[in-house]
Amino acid sequence: MNHAPTAPTRNTKVMDRFDLTKRLVARLKNEEAVIGGIGNTNFDLWTAGHRPQNFYMLGSMGLAFPIALGAALAQPSRHIFALEGDGSLLMQLGCLATIASLAPKNLTMIVMDNGIYQITGAQPTPAATVSDIVAIATGAGLTQSTWAADEDDFERLIDNALTNDGPNFIAVRIDDKPGAGTTDRDPVQIRQRFMLGLGVRKQI
Amino acid sequence: MAEAAAEPTSSRAWHEIVLQTLKKNDIRLVPYVPDRVLTTLIKNIHADPFFTTFPTAREEEAVGIVSGAWMGGMRGAVLMQTSGFATLPNALASLALPYQIPLIMFVSERGTLGEFNYGQSLVCRTMRPVLDSLAMEHHTMTRLDELEFTVDRSIKQAIATQAPVALILSPLLTGGKVFTA
Repeated sequence: MNHAPTAPTRNTKVMDRFDLTKRLVARLKNEEAVIGGIGNTNFDLWTAGHRPQNFYMLGSMGLAFPIALGAALAQPSRHIFALEGDGSLLMQLGCLATIASLAPKNLTMIVMDNGIYQITGAQPTPAATVSDIVAIATGAGLTQSTWAADEDDFERLIDNALTNDGPNFIAVRIDDKPGAGTTDRDPVQIRQRFMLGLGVRKQI
Repeated sequence: MAEAAAEPTSSRAWHEIVLQTLKKNDIRLVPYVPDRVLTTLIKNIHADPFFTTFPTAREEEAVGIVSGAWMGGMRGAVLMQTSGFATLPNALASLALPYQIPLIMFVSERGTLGEFNYGQSLVCRTMRPVLDSLAMEHHTMTRLDELEFTVDRSIKQAIATQAPVALILSPLLTGGKVFTA
């Protein structure tokens, strides 16, 4: 463990990723798209119950927000959510500046922050005790960036995101539990179902 | 556009041909990481309201963006330099290829035909072996009279076969970045 005498004191509740994912999905009534990042974020999205508008990444760590940005630009009338881990986001922090500069109104980014690479053995990320993901996002120009204090606050932030102009950035502190299930790893089928779900393709 | 298409190919600069061929194929989204050789192309794409174009911090990010846009029904292409391509194998092997996304890449070739930076010349040598190791379609464009055919057909093939393609812009076509010593 790193020596971190200045580790910040936080007033955010440590929550459960799967529970939060279910709470998000339950609030989606208008075929909103959800991009699940590599690993546990998409495992929990899958386990929360497959929807045709879900996309599950099986690699390309860090690209959940860029993929969501592309979908948001292509379909400005559909709200696009992306679920990303803190370690994944650290791989691609530059995308926050890109998203801030384009400012898509229909994009909401959610970061599940446990400070560890849970899936590789729970090693701490370099940011774990020293960096604040929301401060990074705000500094990148995403002015609507906030921590969710607890589950109720998370639901309130999702409801706000669905009605207000984005881009929105919501970070949640989560525990160190693994994913609640495992996504069916069939990339062609995942992509085709997603395109059907977004109305880009028709079932044949 | 009709007038432009009727012009003899040789009277248009390479970047005009690329821009017009992108338009002809309804490629509207063009994220890029800049390169000196691409300067005029990038400037002209910015000036044309047909396109949504912007810089990204890394080439991988641009690959993610055009992949998401493709799945949402919008066609895109990524502009980059050789050294930027070298950052992409993971995104190619874990996103574009397995998900069968027609990722269209224009790579301005540094590292050969008068390169002055040893690092560029080394990284350039990784590009075609990476493309070949992934069995990806790629073409090196050296001639103005073949450019429109190659770009147009490659875009159409990428979309029809749902497979990525790399279109490498050789210094023979673009003039490259000139060594001033």
